[in-house]
Amino acid sequence: MSVGTPRGLASSGQKPITEIPHPLSAAEESLSPGPDVSISSGGEKDLELTNGTLVENSSPASASSTSTSALLSRLQKHVSTMETYITYRVSTKTTRIEFDLPEYSVRRRYQDFDWLRLKLEETQPTNLIPPLPEKFVMKGVVDRFSEEFVETRMKALDKFLKRVADHPVLSFNPHLNAFLTAKDLNKRQGLALLTKMGESVKHVAGGYKLRARPPEFNAMGEYLDTFSQKLGTIDRIAQRILREQSEYLTELREYASVYSSWAGSEEELQRPLEGVAGCVTTCCGALEDLSENMSQDFLPVLREYVLYTETMKNVLRKRDQSQAEYEGRLEAAVLRKQEDRTPMPLEVEKCQDKMECFNADLKADWERWQCNKRQDFKQLLIGMADKNINYYEKCQTAWESLVTVLQDKQTEDKTSETN
Amino acid sequence: MMAENGKDEAAAGSDGESSLTVERDSNLLRRMEICVAEAEKRSGKNAIGMQETFTVYLIETRSADAAAEGRAQPPDSVWRRYSEFELLRAYLILTYPFFVAPPLPEKRAEFVWHKLSADNMDPDFVERRRIGLENFLLRVASHPGLSNDKILYRFLTEEACWKEAVYETGFQDKADSRLRAFGATFRVRSPQKCFIDMKQYSEELQSHTSQLLRARARVADRVYAVYKVHGNYGRVFSEWSGVEKVMGDGLQSAGHHMDSYAASIDEILEEEEHYADQLKEYLCYAEALRAVCRKHELTQFELETASQDLVSKKQQRDELATGMVRTFSFKGVTNKLFGQEAPEQREARLTMLDELIAEAEDSVTVKTAEREEHVQKAWADILRFKEEKDRDLREALLSYAAMQINMCKKGMQVWSNTRESFLKM
Repeated sequence: MSVGTPRGLASSGQKPITEIPHPLSAAEESLSPGPDVSISSGGEKDLELTNGTLVENSSPASASSTSTSALLSRLQKHVSTMETYITYRVSTKTTRIEFDLPEYSVRRRYQDFDWLRLKLEETQPTNLIPPLPEKFVMKGVVDRFSEEFVETRMKALDKFLKRVADHPVLSFNPHLNAFLTAKDLNKRQGLALLTKMGESVKHVAGGYKLRARPPEFNAMGEYLDTFSQKLGTIDRIAQRILREQSEYLTELREYASVYSSWAGSEEELQRPLEGVAGCVTTCCGALEDLSENMSQDFLPVLREYVLYTETMKNVLRKRDQSQAEYEGRLEAAVLRKQEDRTPMPLEVEKCQDKMECFNADLKADWERWQCNKRQDFKQLLIGMADKNINYYEKCQTAWESLVTVLQDKQTEDKTSETN
Repeated sequence: MMAENGKDEAAAGSDGESSLTVERDSNLLRRMEICVAEAEKRSGKNAIGMQETFTVYLIETRSADAAAEGRAQPPDSVWRRYSEFELLRAYLILTYPFFVAPPLPEKRAEFVWHKLSADNMDPDFVERRRIGLENFLLRVASHPGLSNDKILYRFLTEEACWKEAVYETGFQDKADSRLRAFGATFRVRSPQKCFIDMKQYSEELQSHTSQLLRARARVADRVYAVYKVHGNYGRVFSEWSGVEKVMGDGLQSAGHHMDSYAASIDEILEEEEHYADQLKEYLCYAEALRAVCRKHELTQFELETASQDLVSKKQQRDELATGMVRTFSFKGVTNKLFGQEAPEQREARLTMLDELIAEAEDSVTVKTAEREEHVQKAWADILRFKEEKDRDLREALLSYAAMQINMCKKGMQVWSNTRESFLKM
């Protein structure tokens, strides 16, 4: 995706994005699902994602004419007098009537995404909100401004937005609208709400214990436990493979250099030995590419699903809480009714509504989540297989061309002998 | 085409890996087909009376005419163990110090990568040794200088009594003392430059082949680990498939493919051992080449020593005859101190010196002849060796490339199958 320069494995220091003139002075462009890489005039370095097609096939809801497509694209490093941070350009195309314009383009930073997610959780407590990539990175361990880190994060943020935009309920959320359209997000209001939210959560959580979880939700819980366990295992295996590949690579390089140095002391055998050295070196390059892909594409998506699974577990827990609250209040109300014949309080009914709403939403979200999970993993795993196939293809090509060279030399020798 | 220049691929009956190019022009291989057909375990008492188990190899020989005429002739056979091959080679080296002795397969498994058995009784090791022993015999039997040796012939045809026959030749007496050989390297004055250069080359060849063998073993270790870790995917996909309804089948079969991927590396690396064996042959050959070059240094040194000895004896005689002392000698000192000796004594000494000079002259003649013979024969053989080496190693590299291609094809196949499984998810 990046322009030109080869990259090493993630975590090796990369050169930072070049500084550019103040964003407001640059002309806003409207983006279309075009080529992967584009270099705009003015010498800016762009990283683009064109995932327009993803929106179309991810879920049936977005196939209708009222679709929002949010494209996360160009990113620029913004320098202000106070601090340095990365902003991302979020471009939206929509046919929805709630939006004034058919297209928007705004700049957002990670904080803004975090804000959006918080608002969504507040305002849609019964829905599963997709996860964000991790907030905190240890300084000194990962370079926050390295191309790779930024790109990985950008892909994850893009995915977040897409999932939200695809959701039949979340995509209508006014906060999403604000996020996609407002030039400046007024977030102060959000903070006040946050403290209120915190109180209400505490209020609910106090004292209600769930007695029996309905079997369908139980099954969900068990599935999530097993699933997240397996994900963790796969992550560990993938990391182990990366480590082993890295050691393999080191030995291969040494191996190639031995052939090279032997070639130096031979005459007839010089070319064949150099040829083998060259092949091994080509295989080294192919292996490096494979490892890099696994590190940059495979692992982050895997980890994101771990987060997603955790989010889902949280939602299940919240549902359990709302059921517990309802049952608790109901029990208390029934007791009181038996004592002094007061009618069923409104509170209890509200709780019942809330619980039933939660159950319905959760079931719907679960189905959607399962569907997305299947698609995502299919894509992820097929991608892994493709990368491996590609690796072997490159190696095979290299060795086959060496064989041709060696065999030509052989027939050359044989004909010169018989002559 | 084959008859034209007499060069041919060595077939000699085995379906093993004999991809040597040997000359059918040479004597023994024209008359006789040779192969090392089998290996068997035996038990017996060793030199110090202890029970031991060892492997013996069956050498089958058959008259080449019979085979050519299509006569079904049963082969003659002889059982030999590794130590007897070693003895034969030691005999050949000492008897023909101007020939680069063909290599034997290694005595113990070296340059092993961790999974490979270092056990001499391991069936894979025994099989590869069988092939190595056969290559040795084919090379020796097709060597223009070595193939006519009687001891070689008896090795191939007489099971009993061969050992005694070898020792009877007294070949061990020809062994040069280590010290003398070592000293010659430093003190020789005018060895031929081509031998010095060739000795340098032999040392480089030794260094490069052993470096390569070591590096290859390390690479094998690493690639083994990478493949085996993928087996873990097999297990986790299988476990995961248990909780999935829709994705279950695809995951399950993907898991099986990952298992077979992990298992495939064993065969791949076993096959690569043949390549390592070919490199080891040349590691051994490099040592043999070096020995021939050092033998040249020794023969040259001995000639120089003999010549110097002759010169100094002639000088002594001169001085004795003319009475002029040009060089320091104890005789001169005692003459000065105690007076000249009597004329009869002088005559006696002159006569003795004359005899010594005659002996020294003979010695110089012999040493010159030895040196000449060695230079002629050794250089011719070195050239022959050089060509064989270039051919063999190019073949080895080609077959290594073929192995790599095969490995890539297998890898692609497995991942394609895995991909198919993922598609079904």
